[in-house]
Amino acid sequence: MTAYPASDPALIADAARERRFFLSLSVPALVIVGLSAVLPILWILRQSFLNIGGDATLANWSKILNSGLTWSAMQTTFLLSGSTLVICVILGTPLALALASTTPRKANLLMIFLLLPLWTSILVRTYGWLVLLRREGLINGALQGIGLTSEPMPLVYNTTGVLVGMVHYMLPLYVLPVYAAMRDIDGSVVRAAASMGATLGQAIRTVILPLARGGIVSGSIIVFVYTLGFFITPAVLGGGKVNPIAIRIERTIGAFQDWGGASVLGMLLLLTVALVGAMVLALRRVAGVRHA
Amino acid sequence: MTPVPITFEAVRKSFGAYLALDNVSLAVAAGEFLTLLGPSGSGKTTLLMALAGFVRPDAGHIRLGERDITRLAPNLRDIGIVFQNYALFPHMTVRGNVEYPLRLRKTAADEMRQRVEAALDRVQLGHLADRDIAALSGGQRQRVALARAIVYEPRVMLMDEPLSALDKNLRESMQYEIRRLHDALGVTTIYVTHDQREALTMSDRIAVMDKGRIQQIDAPQAIYHRPATRFVAEFMGEANILPAAALRHSPGAGPKVGSVVIRAESFHLSPEGLGDAAVALDGRLVAKAFRGENWLLTVMTAAGQEVAMSIPATRAAGCADLAEGAVVAAFAAAGTVHPLAEVATP
Amino acid sequence: MLEAWSDNRVSRWALWAFAALVLTFLMLPTLVVVPLSFSASDLLEFPPREFSLRWYEAFFGSPTWMAALRTSLTLGVLTALIAVPAATLACIGMNRLGGRSAGTVYGTLLVPSVTPGILLAIGLFFVLAKLGLVGTLPGVLAGHAMLAIPVAVLVLYPAVNRFDWAQVQAARSLGAGWFRAFGGILLPQLRFSLLTAGLMAFLTSLDESVISIFVASGDSSTLPKLMFLSLRDQIDPTIAAISTLWTLLVAIIVLVLTLVQSRNGP
Repeated sequence: MTAYPASDPALIADAARERRFFLSLSVPALVIVGLSAVLPILWILRQSFLNIGGDATLANWSKILNSGLTWSAMQTTFLLSGSTLVICVILGTPLALALASTTPRKANLLMIFLLLPLWTSILVRTYGWLVLLRREGLINGALQGIGLTSEPMPLVYNTTGVLVGMVHYMLPLYVLPVYAAMRDIDGSVVRAAASMGATLGQAIRTVILPLARGGIVSGSIIVFVYTLGFFITPAVLGGGKVNPIAIRIERTIGAFQDWGGASVLGMLLLLTVALVGAMVLALRRVAGVRHA
Repeated sequence: MTPVPITFEAVRKSFGAYLALDNVSLAVAAGEFLTLLGPSGSGKTTLLMALAGFVRPDAGHIRLGERDITRLAPNLRDIGIVFQNYALFPHMTVRGNVEYPLRLRKTAADEMRQRVEAALDRVQLGHLADRDIAALSGGQRQRVALARAIVYEPRVMLMDEPLSALDKNLRESMQYEIRRLHDALGVTTIYVTHDQREALTMSDRIAVMDKGRIQQIDAPQAIYHRPATRFVAEFMGEANILPAAALRHSPGAGPKVGSVVIRAESFHLSPEGLGDAAVALDGRLVAKAFRGENWLLTVMTAAGQEVAMSIPATRAAGCADLAEGAVVAAFAAAGTVHPLAEVATP
Repeated sequence: MLEAWSDNRVSRWALWAFAALVLTFLMLPTLVVVPLSFSASDLLEFPPREFSLRWYEAFFGSPTWMAALRTSLTLGVLTALIAVPAATLACIGMNRLGGRSAGTVYGTLLVPSVTPGILLAIGLFFVLAKLGLVGTLPGVLAGHAMLAIPVAVLVLYPAVNRFDWAQVQAARSLGAGWFRAFGGILLPQLRFSLLTAGLMAFLTSLDESVISIFVASGDSSTLPKLMFLSLRDQIDPTIAAISTLWTLLVAIIVLVLTLVQSRNGP
């Protein structure tokens, strides 16, 4: 019996050529993203270790890490993101439940109320909030008009205003995955709970929310991680008093022309996002193991 | 179009650690209707796809006639394929689908119209030429897939379980039609199925495959009555594999050693009409089932082996009265007792 | 899903009232701005006492705003024209490659959507500064295209993966080469997803503010950049007019897409 060759080299070459062809289809997109995103990020990393003269230095890092402004900015960032997340969960979960419990047709119609703000420019939305929240704005006007308050309340150019803006921006992005997860719940499971005597509240607590957990977690991650880098909302609605990391970066460049320092702050932000992401993945794996 | 022979030489294909084709060699005669028959995972579809060019072998050669097409791109192989799910283009009408290969070949409009009509007539869909695909039934889509595969007169036709999505009656009439089409066109055809009845009905030869290897290639009757291995015997139908020693042989009825295969329908409850060379088997009845056209008896031999016997209603007098545990004496003509040569597994 | 408790009026009403409040909250800023844009006074009073189109005239009559509008629309269209083909090719390539290679490509293409915008903005500024492209249209376009590609990929990749590739095999068996098979068989059946991806790429570019703030200047200033600068300084009612027009545009696009989706089936 003839011994057959391990594999025909010509056929291997053909297979490799085909793979290269398909890889090459991704090249245009990869070039654009590579040059416009990956390269800039690497550049920032490099810049963080250079001084004005272009020499390598750790001075940028030590200056920024030792600055009180940096850490108060980090604190502000986490407080804002955490608070936004909590409010989104409180407001968004019942909304998702309401949407998921109607017919898909009605839900799609109501979704327009969700999608319209989602796709409206952030600047338009921020402008709307300015109009609403100013001292002479609509909300204060209405409150005073009804007689609830006698003086205008400071609703904007402070943390409150920034939170309102952030929650408003992220809420649709939270609701969508939670809604999707709730839609996927098998109705017969919920009906079974009812048949066994569960009240609405019990069913929500013990059946619906646990089954929707995946969507809630996804939505929460999206809200928290996105808001870490928020710039426009605190810039417009914060009145200069609310300074998360992104604002500090802009100040460092704008006021001090300190590109090295700004790069360090940028790297800090990136590290924070990466760390949060890694923690989430680790938690997911732990949770997964427990349920195996 | 002159039909071409197809040759597979030592074709090997692995998907990671899984060996799908184990040095398969096969020669298909020009104009032949050959069926690749086997369970899922046997490699039959992989072999077909290697011929079509969608699976690249790791080693080996595939020839159409004299030409080695192993490395040829699939769109240059001039092969007609009917896919399992038909793979019709939903955004075109029936005519659009069937015209497609002719358009690619830049056929003149008049000739194209003629050939499309001829192809649709062959599959009896002439009246539906301008329908949308979505408006067709499963059987109609099947025919469109056929028409599309034959309209450009390829040298080879491949069919990957084309009838598996159809209901039983439709499937049987389509089997007949596909075979008729093959005979009319004379094109070399390789047909893949897991249904042994289909293979027996339609094929000139059947190649039974298992675990990436061809177990036996033969004409249908030979495969059925003289299976080469236990696998082929059991795959083709209710086959009883017994030690020859469990039988009582009349003079001249051999073999007397080794294993034999006796099909369930070969058994008779009396030796009448079986001729001088016959074997007999004794046992006790374990179960019986009335199936309309036959009785299925399960008989246990003294050695504890269960034997299935299918007794047609015309010869089944007394079956209804048999009680569990009753002694059963069964007979089979020597010609229906086939020695089983196990193929050694390297 | 909650039909079992349909008798429980109070809870159902509470849930729906809450949902209505939240939806109102979501729509509030968008809606409030509309009547304001028609107010004659520049004091942002509500409800407006006199109606006037002066803010629309201010917008359309201002060369600065109009230049920014032209720039933004041009960038939007160019972004869609670049991002959608690039993303489509990449999705096809990833689908056919499979395995780890596809995963790596996918992960790389999604980097812009998981990286904070401010980072991308200053990084891009650095790179463009080295190339002397700060404040130019191509520079801003690079940033917009980079942001739009992951958006397009997220729309197109599931559609490409859902596709019945046996049809491409059938087309190839019938004689079509790769590009004919993709162009004639795959793309026509992707047209709804392609449209959605195009509209989303367009909107991504139109709305993009952070990169534009850092990278665009002068002639290449976009509408959002001008709006941002204006908002920081004072509350110009012209922005109310712009906001209303924007909302109208988005509403039309969302309606078109909803119609397209319902035609296309679930």
